[in-house]
Amino acid sequence: MEALDLILPILAATLRTATPLLLGALAGLFSERAGIIDVGLEGKMLAGAFAAAAAAAVTGNVLLGLLAGIGGACLLGLVHAYACITLRGSQVVSGMAINIVASGLTATLALAWFGLGGQTPSLPPAARFLPVTLPGAAALADVPVLGPVYAALVSGQTVLVYLALALVPLGAWVLYRTRFGLRLRACGEHPAAVDTAGLSVARLRYGGVLIAAVLCGIAGTYIATAQGAGFVRDMVTGRGYIALAAMILGGWRPWPILFTCLLFGLLDAVAIRLQGVVLPGIGAFPVQALQALPYLLTVVLLAGFMGRAIPPRASGQPYVKER
Amino acid sequence: MGDVPRWAELALLPVLNLLLALALTALLVLATGGDPVAALTALAVGSLGSADALGYTLYYATNMAFTGLAVAVAFQGGLFNIGAEGQAYLAGLGVTLAALHLGFLPAALLVPLAIAGGAAFGAAWAAIPGWLQARRGSHIVITTIMFNFLAAALMVHLIVNLLTAPGSMAPESPPFPEAASLPGLAQLGFPSSAPVNLALGLAVLAALGVWLLVWRTPWGYALRVMGQSPAVASYAGIDQGRMIILVMALSGALAGGVAVNELLGAQHKLLLGFTSGYGFTGIAVALMGRNHPAGVLLAALLFGALTQGGAELAFEVPDVPSEIVVLIQGLVILFTGALGNMLRPALARVLGRAGG
Amino acid sequence: MGKAEGMAPPAIALRGIEKRFGAVHANRAVDLTVRRGTIHGIIGENGAGKSTLMAILHGFYQADAGSILVNGREVAIRDSRDAIRLGIEMVHQHFMLVERFTVLENVMLGAEGGPLLARGAAKARAELARLGEAFGLRVDPDARIENLPVGAQQRVEILKALYRGAELLILDEPTGVLTPQEADDLFRVLRALRAQGRTVLLITHKLREIMAITDRVSVMRAGRMVAHRETAATSVAELGELMIGRRLAAPAPRPAPKPGPVLLEARNLSVRDAAGVERVKGVDLALRGGEILGIAGVAGNGQGELLEALAGMRRPSAGEIRLGGQTVFPGRDFNPAALRRQRLGHVPEDRLRSGLLRNASAAETAILGYQDDPSWRRFGLLAPAAVAAHAARLMRDYDVRPADPALRSALFSGGNQQKLILAREIDRDPQVLLVGQPTRGVDIGGIDAIHQRLLACRAAGKAVLLVSVELDEIMALADRILVMFDGRIMGELAAAEADEQRLGLLMAGVAPERAA
Repeated sequence: MEALDLILPILAATLRTATPLLLGALAGLFSERAGIIDVGLEGKMLAGAFAAAAAAAVTGNVLLGLLAGIGGACLLGLVHAYACITLRGSQVVSGMAINIVASGLTATLALAWFGLGGQTPSLPPAARFLPVTLPGAAALADVPVLGPVYAALVSGQTVLVYLALALVPLGAWVLYRTRFGLRLRACGEHPAAVDTAGLSVARLRYGGVLIAAVLCGIAGTYIATAQGAGFVRDMVTGRGYIALAAMILGGWRPWPILFTCLLFGLLDAVAIRLQGVVLPGIGAFPVQALQALPYLLTVVLLAGFMGRAIPPRASGQPYVKER
Repeated sequence: MGDVPRWAELALLPVLNLLLALALTALLVLATGGDPVAALTALAVGSLGSADALGYTLYYATNMAFTGLAVAVAFQGGLFNIGAEGQAYLAGLGVTLAALHLGFLPAALLVPLAIAGGAAFGAAWAAIPGWLQARRGSHIVITTIMFNFLAAALMVHLIVNLLTAPGSMAPESPPFPEAASLPGLAQLGFPSSAPVNLALGLAVLAALGVWLLVWRTPWGYALRVMGQSPAVASYAGIDQGRMIILVMALSGALAGGVAVNELLGAQHKLLLGFTSGYGFTGIAVALMGRNHPAGVLLAALLFGALTQGGAELAFEVPDVPSEIVVLIQGLVILFTGALGNMLRPALARVLGRAGG
Repeated sequence: MGKAEGMAPPAIALRGIEKRFGAVHANRAVDLTVRRGTIHGIIGENGAGKSTLMAILHGFYQADAGSILVNGREVAIRDSRDAIRLGIEMVHQHFMLVERFTVLENVMLGAEGGPLLARGAAKARAELARLGEAFGLRVDPDARIENLPVGAQQRVEILKALYRGAELLILDEPTGVLTPQEADDLFRVLRALRAQGRTVLLITHKLREIMAITDRVSVMRAGRMVAHRETAATSVAELGELMIGRRLAAPAPRPAPKPGPVLLEARNLSVRDAAGVERVKGVDLALRGGEILGIAGVAGNGQGELLEALAGMRRPSAGEIRLGGQTVFPGRDFNPAALRRQRLGHVPEDRLRSGLLRNASAAETAILGYQDDPSWRRFGLLAPAAVAAHAARLMRDYDVRPADPALRSALFSGGNQQKLILAREIDRDPQVLLVGQPTRGVDIGGIDAIHQRLLACRAAGKAVLLVSVELDEIMALADRILVMFDGRIMGELAAAEADEQRLGLLMAGVAPERAA
């Protein structure tokens, strides 16, 4: 039971850290499967975090916060779609611009609206997503192993954690089992084939980008109202980029993405517990090495040193009818 | 899309896009109850209103000129280097190691060696993604993004665990020896408090060098051919793998100028996060400057002024934070880079009508 | 067939179709009537406007003016969706198939039969089996497109069209990528379609195909529809004349070749493409100074890869290349730059993609590949004035119009772009000149000028290797003709003994009968 006491908190922390990564990576998945590269996950998550925290702070209602978070991210998503799909601009440049705009815009608005040096007020419990206790958690508590696992890991997470996990099978189902998913994937592979089949590439791609924005909004909401209790400047702290890395490592497929996000979450949970631990003969544990691992793994994968990352064939290319 | 005359493409469009970004920001200030005129005035006065302010403006502009050149030179070869931030950070390590370990040398030797150290470290850190793209086919955009984070993790580890002076609580290197510093520009009338230093001259020289290299040498010609079309480059017998690695190294070395300006010119020690986003500003600078050295210098001056003005603005107009400058930068990237096709057709129509 | 004209309205009638792309007038007042249940050919040279017209019919582009009648009723075709609703389907030259999808997924795309795939899939599977049976179009519905040979991919395209209910099927240059056997299979399918009352529009620039399979034929030239004929009542000669706009001139008498020493030699050369597929299989050839060696063949039989390998752009997987008596492959210094230094000139097959800098000035295009030449440097630096002067001289000598070195390369006409590239390569006085499809997309006047240049190179003792899919061009210029089929040299003919029939057999992969 000792080991369980040690492991369970780490696993629970893994779930919590993996959630925004998972939402962000699934967002990237829907955008890139439609053929639009999304390096602007970070910015959209930040916009979502700010909008959610601001709305929750003003209304005191966390669901309104969630709606606002989704709305904020969608605004930036629309900009991205307009730039990349309608105007056929550079997708990478647009994504970077959105990250920088989001950073400046949220800080500016936070100060203008709330003062407080660029933060939102600290959110009261009603304006936050709090852990929910699943039925039976108390009753099962005495069952060995299963009880504590259920109580501390399965139960006791916020709704958004369950939502993120549910989005994996749901996302896979939409992509592979529905008409919309078939068309969306075709847009990412060979848009002209979609066009000549009598479908609108632009409309489908807008759809993919907006789904991505919604998921980023939920991720941002989670960061500001479940993990945190309000907005702080640049509070996404690179998780949008880690989500991008997870999406690539997951090979643009939902289930492997879940796996990489959990792995990244675990790395982070372990790193935090090892912070300040002094190893005999080595000195302070190099926590940075663990934190850098997601990026390193992505680079190694992209370099073809382990497997091959094959992106959707048409991603990054604006669709232009050729002459 | 509509063709616009060359002068409009090079001068009018960037200015229009900048005005658009500024107008949008002014609207935002207005909407949140601020006074955009006061804000703009504070920006202008704060950045250009005094010798001291100008000294800061030029100091920031120096950083941005270096990263802008770094991004622009890679762009000319068709490569989007998002990693200038990490390359500048690593360059800081090169500068620091030279400054701390060769401290016994006279300034005339130490300073060039420290600069070379910075350039070499920046170049090496950029050459790895270049090599990965050239030989392993990894997408340079993604790898340079990842390398920014790798650089940050590596540098935090090195600074906190290895470089911090024993007994010191602040995560920074010991101060550099006296000889390891670039002189300020007091002779030009800048107050000694202004951090602008000789690195500014280096940046201008670098811009000239980039121009000569890219537009006046066969190597630069080959680089531009590759940037226009890899298929044409392979027909012309250009060794693209080699070219990619070399131009990325050059790009990283240029980004290293930030470390020279910051560490040798102003801080005289290695600080956590001293690059503070200049690598990303470089993208805005390069886009705004149309990836041409002259344009980059002008754009760097503009963004340097915005940064300095933004800092003053936060004091003068308390409701408007200095981060508004980040917003303007982002909007400029958006308008010049991603939404570049928004104004062009309309402009082509207007100019076409006016022209006849 | 056999139905009296005027009884049923035509399947398609186009009236006064106009289409411009900027300065290019792609379709001018085009009229076309296609009877139901027939195979109707549209023939014309590359760039005559055939593909644009068909793209308008399929809703990919919209006409600037004119009307379209389907079954006698005027219709508006704004996009592919409208066309599909009217039963108009198109098999594009470059297939519109998602390579990573299965056959079934590709067929269902756009016609899924409901928001969930599962239900439609069962139906589609049954329908595919039925169509496969009815038209001899058998394909495994669960195979991934990327694993299918080109012929099978084309069958999927046709199945896709039929699945969506095609009444009129447009095929754009369908045999360009097919082996002769695959082409025969295709024709069988088209006849089966006709037998079931469907209408087929076949776009091609190959006269043989028109004669073999169509009922009627319409000829396009320079954006106009110039003639309509019953196939049975016309001839290859008449169609060729109509297509080109003048009588096919007999090849001008040329001085007999004065073959010099062998300047370029390939022994047992094999080349793989980017995907690793072997495209050139053990080719031997020897090219002498003072002769033009033609390489004929259906596009895609390895000529492109052979040319790229000889130019140093693609590393052969096996064999040897000798240039001017020296082995250059295998060798360490095997690349286009090194070969250029050994006086090898190369006019690439696809000039727009690889031969010129579209967005740079003509002056910059004029030194492409020779940028290291010290003659346009001053004080070690590239001197724009020297480059411009060089370009101006080339443009004057080779009659490139307009003769403005500062003009963007993309703004010249196809013929003038090609003249500029020829000028650049010939002006270096190469000992060997490789030329790929020199007159593709070039107007008649330009073709003559380019042919004269190549003959002048021959007269000057240079060795010229000419790769072309235009048989007329090969026969007009080459002293000897090698025919490539499936990566191999099928046979060699001397200019005197070459005629369309012999070449055609070789191009179709039929080995010449060896008389003992």
